Amino acid sequence: MRVELENLTKRWGDAIGADGVNLEVDHGEFVAFLGPSGCGKTTTLLMIAGIYKPTAGVIRFDGQVVNKLAPKDRNIGMVFQSYALYPHMNVFQNISYPLKLKKVPQEEMRKRVERVAEMMGIGHLLDRKPAQLSGGQQQRVALGRALVKEPQLLLFDEPLSNLDARLRLSMRSEIKRLQLDLGITSIYVTHDQVEAMTMADRIAVMKDGKVQAYDRPEELYDRPRTLFIAGFIGNPPMNFVDVEVVQVDNTFHARRQGLDLPLPADRGEKAAQDRPVIMGIRPEDVSIADEGIAGEVYVVEPLGRDDLVDVQINGAHLRVLADPALNLRIGDQVKLKINTDKVQFFDPQTELSLLWN
Amino acid sequence: MDTTTFETEPTYGLRRVLGQLIPYVLLTISILPIVIGYVWIFVATFSLRTEGLLPKDANGNIGGWTLQNWTFLNDPAVWRATLNSLIIAVGMVVGVGAISSLTGYALSRMNFTGRKGFLSITLILHAFRPEMLLIAIFQVLLFIGGIPVIGSLFGFNTVGGVALVMITLDLPLGVWLMKGFFDNISWDMERAALIDGASRFRVWWEIIIPQIKPGLAALAIFTFITGWNAYLIPFTFTVGSKVANLPVLLNQFSGDTSLVSWNRVAALGLFQLIPIIIFFIFTQEMLLNIYSGGTKGGA
Ligand SMILES: Nc1ncnc2c1ncn2[C@@H]1O[C@H](COP(=O)(O)OP(=O)(O)OP(=O)(O)O)[C@@H](O)[C@H]1O
Ligand SMILES: [Mg+2]
Repeated sequence: MRVELENLTKRWGDAIGADGVNLEVDHGEFVAFLGPSGCGKTTTLLMIAGIYKPTAGVIRFDGQVVNKLAPKDRNIGMVFQSYALYPHMNVFQNISYPLKLKKVPQEEMRKRVERVAEMMGIGHLLDRKPAQLSGGQQQRVALGRALVKEPQLLLFDEPLSNLDARLRLSMRSEIKRLQLDLGITSIYVTHDQVEAMTMADRIAVMKDGKVQAYDRPEELYDRPRTLFIAGFIGNPPMNFVDVEVVQVDNTFHARRQGLDLPLPADRGEKAAQDRPVIMGIRPEDVSIADEGIAGEVYVVEPLGRDDLVDVQINGAHLRVLADPALNLRIGDQVKLKINTDKVQFFDPQTELSLLWN
Repeated sequence: MDTTTFETEPTYGLRRVLGQLIPYVLLTISILPIVIGYVWIFVATFSLRTEGLLPKDANGNIGGWTLQNWTFLNDPAVWRATLNSLIIAVGMVVGVGAISSLTGYALSRMNFTGRKGFLSITLILHAFRPEMLLIAIFQVLLFIGGIPVIGSLFGFNTVGGVALVMITLDLPLGVWLMKGFFDNISWDMERAALIDGASRFRVWWEIIIPQIKPGLAALAIFTFITGWNAYLIPFTFTVGSKVANLPVLLNQFSGDTSLVSWNRVAALGLFQLIPIIIFFIFTQEMLLNIYSGGTKGGA
């Protein structure tokens, strides 16, 4: 099913939940709504589900306006962060509830519930009550309940955030796999950018009720259009330093005290302004080298595979991913090499990218 | 059942036995006075007189068992009053239960104009003592009495009228209690049910109500007891023994003319207690049936 949101807005008096959301989700696509807490992800999702009435704007399913359609007539399945299982019903009754409401015959109901339960790996738990299940099992039941009626659109509201890190990882790939196999159009709300990056075909980055950007993950990562997106996408987050970009002879340089970085012509030209700009550089694009910018190790955070090293350069801090074998210590003098093909530049006033707008 | 209990690790030996025994001993000692009181009531109703817990006959010897304290059961007026009491009590349970659980749900879940005002007025209404309203209620009952058919069921000097007044007076508390119970149920569960395809009414009946059963049971017991023991309202708005309920009739029995026989009073008291005990036995299963799990966090 194709979903289109046009100027979708939700207000409660002065409080704004969603503010003119525009986007479309193609048939079979997996879209993530990504943004910090309170940015309006759940609000938008609940409007799509038909739980909230939009204050303004239009929701279309396959071209049809569905603003007035009741949730039960929208043919959607939804998975909640809180699982929202019915505690007085056992797993079978929970999963079969949507079918019972559709008056599906007993025999077919049993078959469909068993098939879904098998698919979710909870076939042996059908007689249990939700209170007798682990969090991961409860989430599988919730997923099964959403899938059993074979919806045209699946909505997820931070379904994995109550699970422990390892389970989250495996459920993540399982959901992605399931969505690919079934080909159901899906909207997935999360504030975890890794989840969004790994699962989604496209990501809608939201802030203060507005969609800041809506694009493929690689695109958002390599060509962030705003300072907010650049800082929000990527882990560990991007470094930002105030620099002045000047032209010396035929090359552009990003300069600040203790730092003079020759830039590739295309980026340098766009970044050159008559005032300071913000330079962004990801930790993985900076490396410790024999030659380069001199700095002093300020903090070392071992991440396992890499060390995240905070290097101080004349008052500016750059986080760098370094090989643990270097065995860096606080106070060590190091030299940094910056991959200038990946640097970003932003206007400090508008916070818009100088490269991609 | 579905109750969650904390399982404690067993310890072994004397400490374990003592550890398990001591709480029981302490609790038994502390409830002993109450238990003795009930035993006395029971013994007293079947004896001429008592000394301590021992039944005594006229000569002061142990014995003197008798059924004469229970002779009031032969009086048809007692049975009529019992029936009236039951009608009032059951009527209250049904009326207050149904109206509060619907109103409480609407107040907890739906947004409509006047919701805030309704809530605060309900709370203020609860603060009014029924005594203050007696005359106003009297006028209303007289008015209802003037309406054909309905008047003969719910007017002045009818059991229905008394039940109606009692229900009305109990509603503010019931509505607030129920609203509180509904407030504690996660919105997500309700949303899930709506998306699963349930109508608002089915959500209420199949998803929400089962989870506030303990609350409903508590409300039912309280209203039953209130209705069963009602005195002021039935006494004020009924005339004569035909429409009197049990407490009113009993008060007439132990009227100021005859000498009070405490053993008879005990028998009457015990008789009045029986339905409450039966009602409690039926509802306690529900009362203790508290569901947990199935949702995490969420609003
Ligand atoms: N019923 C409501 N009445 C008033 N304001 C609301 C209501 N629901 C949400 N809001 C406001 O709308 C904004 C968006 O809320 P929403 O729940 O959509 O955030 P979210 O992006 O889902 O955040 P989170 O990641 O914490 O779940 C918040 O500022 C919130 O305070
Ligand atoms: Mg949310």
